[in-house]
Parts: sequence; C-alpha cells; structure tokens
Amino acid sequence: MSIELILFFLLALVAVGSALGMLFSRSAVYAALYLVLNFGTVAVFYTLLNAPFIAMSQVSVYAGAIMVLFLFVIMLLGTQSVPSSEVLPWQRPLAIILAIVLAAEAGYALFTRAAVSGSIPPMTETFGSPQAVGRALFNQYLLPFEITSVLLLVAMIGAIVLTRKEKGNR
Amino acid sequence: MVPVSYYVGLSAILFIIGALGVLIRRNPLVIFMSIELMLNAGNLAMVAFTRTFMVLEGQIFVFFVMTVAAAEVAVGLALIVTIFRSRHSINIDLMNTLKG
Repeated sequence: MSIELILFFLLALVAVGSALGMLFSRSAVYAALYLVLNFGTVAVFYTLLNAPFIAMSQVSVYAGAIMVLFLFVIMLLGTQSVPSSEVLPWQRPLAIILAIVLAAEAGYALFTRAAVSGSIPPMTETFGSPQAVGRALFNQYLLPFEITSVLLLVAMIGAIVLTRKEKGNR
Repeated sequence: MVPVSYYVGLSAILFIIGALGVLIRRNPLVIFMSIELMLNAGNLAMVAFTRTFMVLEGQIFVFFVMTVAAAEVAVGLALIVTIFRSRHSINIDLMNTLKG
C-alpha cells in the first residue's frame, strides 16, 4: 500500500466523519465547525489531484467567507435548538431508506463501469497550475467570468435589500 | 496513484450524507450547510475527472460553481434572517404560509 493511498484513506475518514458530525450535531455552531473541517479536507484532496488554485479558493471562499457568514447568522439568530417536531412522523425513516437506496445505486454504477475504475494518468508539468487556469479563464472563458461578477453583484444587492429595515410604511 | 473511482465513491458518500441532512434536519441553517456539502461533493468528483482526463475545463467550472454557491448562501441567509425577524422562529415546519 503506497503512502498516497494511506493518506487518501485517512483523509477520507476525516471527511466522512466530519460530514456525519455535521449531520448529527445538536447545535448549529458545532455543525458549522464540522463543516469547516470537511471543507479543509476536501481542499487537501484538491491539492492531491493537482488543482492548487481550486484548493486555495476552496479554503478562502468556502472555509473562509461562506462559513464566517454562517457563523455570523448563527450568532445573530441565537443558538436556539429547533425541537424535532413530528409533523410528518414517517418522513425520517423514509429518508433513511431512500438514502440507502441512493447509496446502493451509486455503488452499483461505480463498480460496474469500467471507464471510471481506470487509474489516473501521470502528471504533466504544467497541468492545473494557477498560470494555466488563469490563462484559460481570461482568454477562452472571459465572458462567463464577467457574468459571474454580475451574478455576485446581484446577490449582494439582493441580500442588502432583503435585510434592510423598512421605515415608516409599515 | 489513487484510482479515480475512490474519489468518485467518496464524493458519492458525501453527497448522500448531504441529501440525508436536507431530509431529516429541521434547522434551516443546517439544511443550508447540507446543500453546501452536496455542492462540494459534486466539485470533488469534477476535479477528480478533470485530473483523469487531463482537461482543464473542469477546474474552471468548479470555480464558477463556487461563485454561484457564494451568491446562493448570501441570498439564502438574508432570507432566513428576514423570516426570523417576522416569525421569531426558524423551525422549517412553521414556514407553511404558502401551503394551499
């Protein structure tokens, strides 16, 4: 067993464990912190897959910006624990059964396809480097990149308009 | 080298945990976190296939998915804050005003 395989299994254990911790933790703060750990391990997977630019944006955008936003909102709303009301009592067992069915389907699809189980080709020198990503992003994909900036602007304006306190007329 | 099927399997496991979180949790913040987990699982599979087939477009698409996720989180959290301000609760079962 090579050292890379051992590293993969250790990190996969951490990733799945932190995802399960997020799923079963009572408080939303603990769920957010488990999710930060999960995003960090996924960033390490990206570096293992020779995608350093994506790994750095994963750390700064997901584990940084998005999770800080989550923690701010949790702080704002208080850490009230939502009681597990039984409006639909059959929903939880049904969800677990459906998740098992989905897992079985995914496993079947994964283990019967020969194309997926091929091994990863050897690395070339410049593939996936930040220079190559930037060159593709600003030449071939310039228009989608600019549209992304418009999308972020719309989201920012939307968040400001939604959370603004309305004066007078109400 | 680690085979790509391991990465795809891990991504499927993370996606299923995220889907389960959306279905069984009652706190909308945790439901949002589960959606982020599912987006992340998709990104992981995409980067793994990018590395396998040696095409750079997958990484660029992952970058776009990240920006869309950031926009979605900003608007969604603003909605949750607004709902909390008017209803004083964030239990997802109480948000049934639009129910027919």
